[in-house]
Amino acid sequence: MALRMWASSTANALKISCASKANLSPTFALSKCFSTVLDGLKYANSHEWVKHEGPVATVGITDHAQDHLGEVVFVELPESGVSVSQGASFGAVESVKATSDVNSPISGEVVEVNTKLSESPGLINSSPFEDGWMIKVKPSNPSELESLLGPKEYTKFCEEEDAAH
Amino acid sequence: MLPSRLYQILSAKKMRGSLWQLGQSITRRLAQADKNSVARRFYSADSELKKTVLYDFHVANGGKMVPFAGWSMPIQYKDSIMDSTLNCRENGSLFDVSHMCGLSLKGKDSVPFLEKLVIADVAGLAHGTGTLTVFTNEKGGTIDDSVITKVNGEHIYLVVNAGCRDKDLAHIEEHMKAFKAKGGDVSWHIHDERSLLALQGPLAAPTLQHLTKEDLSKIYFGGFRILDINGASCFLTRTGYTGEDGFEISVPSEHAVDLAKAILEKSEGKVRLTGLGARDSLRLEAGLCLYGNDMEQHITPVEAGLTWAIGKRRRAEGGFLGAEVILKQLADGPSIRRVGFFSSGPPPRSHSEIQDEKGTNIGEVTSGGFSPCLKRNIAMGYVKSGLHKAGTKVKIVIRGKANDGVITKLPFVPSKYYKPS
Repeated sequence: MALRMWASSTANALKISCASKANLSPTFALSKCFSTVLDGLKYANSHEWVKHEGPVATVGITDHAQDHLGEVVFVELPESGVSVSQGASFGAVESVKATSDVNSPISGEVVEVNTKLSESPGLINSSPFEDGWMIKVKPSNPSELESLLGPKEYTKFCEEEDAAH
Repeated sequence: MLPSRLYQILSAKKMRGSLWQLGQSITRRLAQADKNSVARRFYSADSELKKTVLYDFHVANGGKMVPFAGWSMPIQYKDSIMDSTLNCRENGSLFDVSHMCGLSLKGKDSVPFLEKLVIADVAGLAHGTGTLTVFTNEKGGTIDDSVITKVNGEHIYLVVNAGCRDKDLAHIEEHMKAFKAKGGDVSWHIHDERSLLALQGPLAAPTLQHLTKEDLSKIYFGGFRILDINGASCFLTRTGYTGEDGFEISVPSEHAVDLAKAILEKSEGKVRLTGLGARDSLRLEAGLCLYGNDMEQHITPVEAGLTWAIGKRRRAEGGFLGAEVILKQLADGPSIRRVGFFSSGPPPRSHSEIQDEKGTNIGEVTSGGFSPCLKRNIAMGYVKSGLHKAGTKVKIVIRGKANDGVITKLPFVPSKYYKPS
């Protein structure tokens, strides 16, 4: 999530309530923030997750990311049928004070978008790994998944990133 | 009010970076607004950031500290920005705004001296009252906004923005030298020995009344007293930057932590520590300008909608920097005007383009976001005169898409200043 800080940069700081609300059991807890990182998913260092099941990969932003953003008030999503590329922005998430681009962790064609987010953007906060999913992609190059971080690596990445700021 | 625009923050031009760099972008924004005086702070490490005397208190209370105008300040505490904003309007907020610069001008010529630099009718202010004003430059643009108080005929107390401190002080000093060289009697004292707390919201007055014998119901919006609060001699101004009733309390720094604790305790926990994030939402909802965003060197007070702050006598006489430009704008009307917007789609941010319904550029957003109180997008910006009437439909361009917007009267949330009925 390349974060585009406009106006009121609510900085760093958006490390708010850290209690995770995800239903799945956390396998790792960040030392500072206790954000949930799930097993079985792959992670981009721009804080998106991807879950590859059968022909489709589901994409969203991580608990760590939503936690730093704060309450999400608007989600911008692509339309079904468009192509997304690994590392390129496909949408945006807006919180009260921050705007963040969301990058696709994998290339392919968007086959479904989570339309519930237009009415209930807060699903990204309350359920980042489940109800707050953003798009489903038919991967054009599934081997791209190998370039992503595993849960342990992502947890370590978040810890290091937090420590650096 | 507004001494407090802490946030120069605001508008980083389409800056990209990770969330974790947001704090840095605050200072970066400042550096843009005022390259000479602030640029070095942009490069300074966190360890070089200045700390207010409440720093440890903030951290102990869960404050998320970020670099702001060379200071390490809380952007929020444990509450979300949304909850913090709502709680201020429902109960109350306590802000540490000690990074802002309090200043006293003293001497029998303090009033005529200050009148050369600001648009306010300082001579016409009653003792113990104040107003929002603007320091202008030779072109009629805005150097800073400030709340000034006439303590008496020989003492003016004012508060300027943290991010403008160096620039403002240099400006005042330069003019003071010239003024004194001609025999004027004025000197200054910078109140670095004091800290500044802002107590805002409906519980501000009842809470503070527990801590002072002075009858606060006799002090109206803009009023000022030097009085004992919680055992310390404080400067109290009934003002703020939220649109709510409230106070800014300049307290000797050695008493600041005790006073903050006493305020929170007397409110029985209803008044909560509130950071810069909610402060920005509150001031935007109140339609108040943030210097560096909504007002800049090239924007005149007339364009910014602060014509009301130009004293009647000053409109007739001029006598402040840039008066020719400003008086001409008063006569002819400005070419651009600050207005408010509601919009659909993503929240507008500063620098979002504003178009008319045909897609022609008519201006730019200077502040915007999602209003926690109204649960919808609000923004302020400048549009061409003639297109500024409430109800005018516009398009606001965000990430290449035009979203529907409508020009709206300010403030977005009604102000609740304590005025004589």
